[in-house]
Amino acid sequence: MKKKENLSIKQKEIKQKSNYTIALAGNPNVGKSTIFNNLTGMNQHTGNWTGKTVANATGYFEYRGKTYKLVDIPGTYSIMSHSEEEEIARNYICFGNPDATVVVVDATSLERNLNLVLQITEITDNLIVCVNLLDEARKKKIEVHLEELSNILKVPVVGVTARKKSTLNNLLKVIRNVCEEKKDIRPIYQILYDEKIEKAIHEVKEIIMEQYKIKEKLARWVSIKVLDGEECILKEIEKQLNIQLINQSEIDKARKKALANLAKEGIYQEEFKERIVSTIIKYAEKIGKKVCQFEEKDYAKRDRKIDKILTSKKYGIPIMIVFLLLIFWITIVGANYPSQFLFSLFGNIQEKLIEFAIYIHCPEWLSNMLILGVYQTLTWVISVMLPPMAIFFPLFTILEDLGYLPRIAFNMDGFFKKACCSGKQMITMCMGFGCNSCGVTGCRIIDSPRERLIAILTNNLVPCNGRFPFLITIATIFIAGTIGGIGASIVSTIAVMFVIILGIIMTLVISKILSKTILKGMPSSFVLELPPYRKPQFLKVLVRSIFDRTIFILGRAIAVAGPAGLVIWLFANIGIQGESLLTIIANFLEPLANLMGLDGYILTAFIFGIPANEIVLPIMLMCYMQGTSLVNMEDTFAIGEILRQNGWTILTAINVMLFTVFHFPCATTLLTIKKETGSWKWTAIGFLIPTVCGIVFCMLTTLFYHVFVI
Amino acid sequence: MKQKTANELELEEIGIVHKIIGEETIKRRLLDLGLIEGTNIKPVLISPSGDPRAFEFRSSLIAIRKEDAENIKVK
Repeated sequence: MKKKENLSIKQKEIKQKSNYTIALAGNPNVGKSTIFNNLTGMNQHTGNWTGKTVANATGYFEYRGKTYKLVDIPGTYSIMSHSEEEEIARNYICFGNPDATVVVVDATSLERNLNLVLQITEITDNLIVCVNLLDEARKKKIEVHLEELSNILKVPVVGVTARKKSTLNNLLKVIRNVCEEKKDIRPIYQILYDEKIEKAIHEVKEIIMEQYKIKEKLARWVSIKVLDGEECILKEIEKQLNIQLINQSEIDKARKKALANLAKEGIYQEEFKERIVSTIIKYAEKIGKKVCQFEEKDYAKRDRKIDKILTSKKYGIPIMIVFLLLIFWITIVGANYPSQFLFSLFGNIQEKLIEFAIYIHCPEWLSNMLILGVYQTLTWVISVMLPPMAIFFPLFTILEDLGYLPRIAFNMDGFFKKACCSGKQMITMCMGFGCNSCGVTGCRIIDSPRERLIAILTNNLVPCNGRFPFLITIATIFIAGTIGGIGASIVSTIAVMFVIILGIIMTLVISKILSKTILKGMPSSFVLELPPYRKPQFLKVLVRSIFDRTIFILGRAIAVAGPAGLVIWLFANIGIQGESLLTIIANFLEPLANLMGLDGYILTAFIFGIPANEIVLPIMLMCYMQGTSLVNMEDTFAIGEILRQNGWTILTAINVMLFTVFHFPCATTLLTIKKETGSWKWTAIGFLIPTVCGIVFCMLTTLFYHVFVI
Repeated sequence: MKQKTANELELEEIGIVHKIIGEETIKRRLLDLGLIEGTNIKPVLISPSGDPRAFEFRSSLIAIRKEDAENIKVK
C-alpha cells in the first residue's frame, strides 16, 4: 500500500481504466517482486530473503491494448493459517476477485512450492503457474517438465527467468489468454481427500449451497473451512461473502453431524486438519516427482559446503565481523572523495550566492540567515550523508542478494533467543550500521509484532554511518594520539570496535529488559529459510539501493536539515548581553554535562545535531571557536588542538564516544519510528532508551575515573 | 520407549517424521513447510550460537529452534 505513493504519473494515468486484475502469489523468495518490477516498471525492493512484501503492492502494465492491474501479494508457504501475511494473501486470492492468479514457483524446489499452488487450486480456476529461476535449476541440473505439469494441473504453466525481462513475454501472452477467455469453463485439477473426509465435505457443501447462492467450488472450499473450524478464517469468510456460517442453524447441524460421523471413523477434528494438510503435501510430492528430474542427486552440495564455513562455530562469527568491517572500511574511505567534491561544489555555489545577495542589496542578516544558516546546513548534510549511503547500501544489498543475510540471522539467533527476541533483529542492526532509519524500516522482516517493536526501539544502539567517522576521529586524536606510531591506528580501531560491541551487548540487554517489562512475552517460534546462494544482479543492486534507500532517506534528512539550519543559525547569532543563545544553553547544561564528564557545549552540539549526526562535530567546533556558522575542518590534528584547548581529556573523549553511540536517534530515524509504530509513545520511548543509557554510562565512567584515576 | 525428536538427531543423521505435536501455530507452520509423516529430515548445520540448527528437508534448508524441533517426532 505504501508503494502506491511511488506510482509514476504514467502509472496513475492508466490506473483508472484497467481492464483486468491479476494477483501475483508465491512462496517467499521465489522472485515474485522481480517479476512484478519487470512487468510494471516499479521499484518494489527485492532481496534474497523472506518477507519483503508486507502489504499488497499494486502496479499497472499494458499489453496489446489492454491495461492490467497487477497486485503483488505477500509471499507465503501456505494460505491456511493465520499469520498476518497469510491472511492478506488469502483474503486477496479468495475475495479480491482477480481475473487471474499467477502463482510464482521456484524451479529449484518445485515440490514445496506446489503445496501453495494446490491450495490455490481449491479456490480459483483462473490460475497460471509461473515457474521461475529456471536458470538456477539448470545450474543445479534439475529439469522441470513444464508441459507435463500443465497437463496434470490442467492450468497454463509458463517457464521464466525473471531477471531476464525477455522471458516474461510468454507470461504476458498466457495472462492475456486466461483473461480474455470465458471464465470458469475449464475445470482444473482437483484434490481428493480420503473417502470419509470427502463424504463429510459433500454433506456440508450441499447444505451451504442450499442456504446461499454461491458457486460450487467456493462452497467446497468453505465447507472444508467449516469442518476445520478455524474461527478467524470463518469470520473473515462470513464478512467477505456476507453469509452466516457459525451461527447458521442448518449449517451448524450439518457440521456437527459430519464431524460426529468422522469421529466414529476415528477422525477427530485435530486429525482432520492434519489429514487435509498432509493430503495436499502428498499430492505436491507426487506431482513434483513426476515433473522434476534430478540429474545430480546432491545438487545442494556447493551451497552446503559454503554454509559449513559461513556458519561454523570457529569461523562463522569472525567471518561475519570481517564482512561488516570490510563494508564499513570501503564506505568510509570511499566516501571521502565524493564528499570533498560535494563540499567544494556547494562551497563555490555558496560564494556565488553571497555575491548575488550583495548584488541585489539583500540585508546582511537575511542573506546570512538563509545562506550561512539554511543553505549551508542543508548542503552540509547532503555532502556528508549522500556518498556513504550511496556506497554502503549497494554493498549491503549485494550481501542481501547473495543470500548471506539469513545466515547472519542464523548465526546470531542463539544470543537473541536469550534476550527473548529473534535472530532477524541482527539483520536490522546490520542495516542500522548503514543508517538507523533504514534499520528501523527493515524491522518489517520480523514477524512477531512484539519482537519487531523491540528491534525498532533498540536499533539506534548501533552507530550508523553518520557516527562512525566522528568515533574514529575522536579515537584517533585522544586514544591513539597518546601512543603514536604504528600501534596508534590499531588502538583507535580497537577503541571504536569496543564501543560498537558495547552497543551490540546493550541491544541484547535492553531487548531482554523490554521483554521482561513493557513488552512481555516469550520468543516466538523461529522458522527461517536459508535460501540457496544466488549471484547478485549488480546493476539492479546499484539502481535499486540508490533509489529505494539512499534517495528516500536523504529526502527525509533534507526535510529536517533546512529548518534545523535556520534554528542553529538563529541560536548562534541571537544573543543577550553579548552571549549567544547557544552559549546560554550550554551554560545551562553545564552542571549535567559535568556530571557526565562532558561540557555544556558538547551536549548542546548533540542536541542541535539532531537533524543528522554528521553535524555534531561541526557544531561543536563552531561553539568552541565562537563562530556563527558550521565549521568544516579536515585536519584531525587541528581539531585535536581546538578540543584540547577547550579542556578535553581522555575522559572527555571516552564519554563523547559513549554518548555518540548512546544518545537519542536523529530526526530522520525518529520520524521513521513514528511512521513504523504509528505511535508517539513508542517514538518517545525510542528517544529515551539510548539517551538514558548514554547518561548513565557517562556518569559511571566519570565516577570511576575520579575515584580510581584522579 | 520414548520417541526420538528431530532435536535429538545428530548432524547428518536422517530421521523420518512421524508426528508433529505441540501448539497449533508452530505445528501449522511446520506442516506448511512440508513436514508431514514420512518426510525425511536431516540436520546439517548448527548455529555458532548453539541454537538453532538448520534442517534439510524437501530440498530446502530451514533453521528451526530447539524448542520447536522438539515438537517433531521422528523414527
